[in-house]
Amino acid sequence: MINIIGLIFISIGIAFDLLGCLGLVRLPDVYCRLQAATKCVTLGTCSILFGTFMIVGFTAPGIKSLLCIVFVALTAPVAAHAIARGAHRAGVKLYKGSVVDRYAEDKEGENEIKNKN
Amino acid sequence: MKIFRWLIGAIILIGIFILIIIRPLPFLFYPDLPYIGFLGRVLYIIILACILCLYRVWRGPTGADRIVAIDILGIMIVGLCAVLTISTGRSWYIDIGIAWALQSFICALALSKYLEGKGFDD
Repeated sequence: MINIIGLIFISIGIAFDLLGCLGLVRLPDVYCRLQAATKCVTLGTCSILFGTFMIVGFTAPGIKSLLCIVFVALTAPVAAHAIARGAHRAGVKLYKGSVVDRYAEDKEGENEIKNKN
Repeated sequence: MKIFRWLIGAIILIGIFILIIIRPLPFLFYPDLPYIGFLGRVLYIIILACILCLYRVWRGPTGADRIVAIDILGIMIVGLCAVLTISTGRSWYIDIGIAWALQSFICALALSKYLEGKGFDD
């Protein structure tokens, strides 16, 4: 029974992985691709690792997979944020249909304050 | 020319789908687990997702696309290592997964600093 629950978790994770990579191919912009891919793939990989823990149980690889869940869930959003910030500062343009760009507005405000001083 | 490229991609995708349905990936079997066929198909689906990531590495218009794809590829390999841990019953695959996640994180941070145009020391 616990094996079947683990396999269900692995199935959910596989579906999220595949949809995240499909978003990485199909979306029009760096930021859209980053959003789709990072969210879907992080949840997918965490789900696969949790399914591994359910199947293997409280043995050495099970505990290591729990540790790996914590690590992936902590580091993947940090890496995504750093990549988005670097891309915006490097001048990668947004998609034409984008509505709002708060980070550029913030930088303009900072420049205005510097010019006043 | 565009039709030619679409045709190549369609042939690769249809081939992988046929492989997923017909023939699970053969590997060293863990004898107590009765779900070998399902796990073999899971490995094929992860390989399909990795091929989609490699397409984005190949055709990325800017450098940021390639960096995003490499980061996602690293996270995907961790899932592959977890599935291999179950299916072969050898516990050192998950060690490779942990080490790969750490390396991928450091690689993404370094490449984003490079993209930002600064040096690595500040």
